[in-house]
Amino acid sequence: MNGRVALATAERVLHQLRRDRRTVALVFVVPPLLLALFRYVFDGQPETFDRVGGPLVGIFPFVMMFVVTSVTMLRERTTGTLERLMTLPLSKLDLLAGYALAFALVAALQAAVTCAVAFGLLGLDVEGSVVVVAALAVCNALLGMALGLFASAFAQSEFQAVQFMPAFVLPQFLLCGLLVPRERMADALEWVSYALPLTWAYDGLRRAVEGGDAALVARDAAIVVGVTLVALALAAATLRRRTP
Amino acid sequence: MTAVRVRGLDVVRGSTHALRSVSLEVPSGRVTGLLGPSGSGKTTLLRAIVGVQVVRGGTVEVLGLPAGSPPLRSRVGYVTQAPSVYGDLAARENLAYFARILRVPGERVERALELVDLSRSSRRPVRELSGGEQARVSLAVALLGEPELLVLDEPTVGLDPVLRRDLWSAFHRLAAEGATLLVSSHVMDEAERCDSLVLMREGRVVAAGEPEALLARTRAENLNDAFLVLVEGA
Ligand SMILES: Nc1ncnc2c1ncn2[C@@H]1O[C@H](COP(=O)(O)OP(=O)(O)OP(=O)(O)O)[C@@H](O)[C@H]1O
Ligand SMILES: [Mg+2]
Repeated sequence: MNGRVALATAERVLHQLRRDRRTVALVFVVPPLLLALFRYVFDGQPETFDRVGGPLVGIFPFVMMFVVTSVTMLRERTTGTLERLMTLPLSKLDLLAGYALAFALVAALQAAVTCAVAFGLLGLDVEGSVVVVAALAVCNALLGMALGLFASAFAQSEFQAVQFMPAFVLPQFLLCGLLVPRERMADALEWVSYALPLTWAYDGLRRAVEGGDAALVARDAAIVVGVTLVALALAAATLRRRTP
Repeated sequence: MTAVRVRGLDVVRGSTHALRSVSLEVPSGRVTGLLGPSGSGKTTLLRAIVGVQVVRGGTVEVLGLPAGSPPLRSRVGYVTQAPSVYGDLAARENLAYFARILRVPGERVERALELVDLSRSSRRPVRELSGGEQARVSLAVALLGEPELLVLDEPTVGLDPVLRRDLWSAFHRLAAEGATLLVSSHVMDEAERCDSLVLMREGRVVAAGEPEALLARTRAENLNDAFLVLVEGA
């Protein structure tokens, strides 16, 4: 591991993202727009918007980063730049740390923009601390990034990589408890939900929004960070210097 | 002096036996051409030499070390057949990134750009460049680290005769400075520019040696004919 190489990689990834104006627009404009949509869909039930909107602020970054990262890494594989990097003095950890650093920065900006719109313009009202919600949003974005890096190993085309979004993310979204409380699901699903990282991400957000027990929020965040590290290790295992 | 020593190399790719018990030596400080028809295993052999190919058997030794050993990563330069650079970045930005990975000073970027004659279009995104220009950006990346061994997979495809001539003289200049070059090609007139040749067919080496020796052995008038004799007669 060499910090400077990881930093160079992070700068390169950010540089590429900056060139891609549309992706930048998607990353920063879509989450606030979706929240605005929720706000007016629940126009007559502001308490529902307050209940759902808070956690959503922290879940959108997870979804966006999953897609952006899996496609970026897939491109690295299909254009041969990954093969080239694997012949150079760059460790897998440098590469993954570079990606993590770049997307953590993007995630922080995204969380800041989304929070500003949600709490400033849309009048979202939460009991808990906005800063904690934003920090959890960044953790979740990194979880999405790590899962995206891992998932990209199983895609052969960008089209497949994009399909992983509904395949990996939608079930977690349905089961995490945001739409229906988990106790009301079929027992089997409730048990499955405990094995899914987004469940813990959601629990942390819900508690933070409600101003709940800080220790439990910290535990949920720790689980999210732990799963992120495991996913990064799995992603590292899928990066092979030698390929068939 | 031998830069690369391959012994009994066997590689299976998917359902193809891509290399069958390949043995060869690449002399150091010279330009060696790797020739053979499409699908004969040139790319596979080069990938094994730079250590990115899963191999089934045999040994590959590069600069005295097993192929793919970590110390070789800054001593061997590899240019893949398809340009492998970031299309959304400019040539200069690509080179600057790879220079940081190789931990070489930034001035090398200018020098590599000049060597491939790209100083003028170095600020446009690579994907907006022509195919030949993209290939040269990819080549420039491999030149950055001033590697002892340069492995080039068809580096002159799609280039005009003037540029090809210039690149080949650059290759010989690098060899004169002590570098070893292994260059694949399926253009026969490039074979004449090599100091030594390796000819492949269907995953095997069918002939290797200096161009004059191949001519003498086949009693052919030119390398093109010598090739046809060796490939069809083998
Ligand atoms: N990724 C792969 N998966 C399966 N088989 C492959 C793969 N790449 C190459 N092959 C097979 O291995 C054999 C050797 O291929 P290779 O790319 O080494 O040939 P080549 O001499 O470089 O050809 P060309 O001059 O067209 O570049 C071919 O028969 C090819 O079909
Ligand atoms: Mg080839």
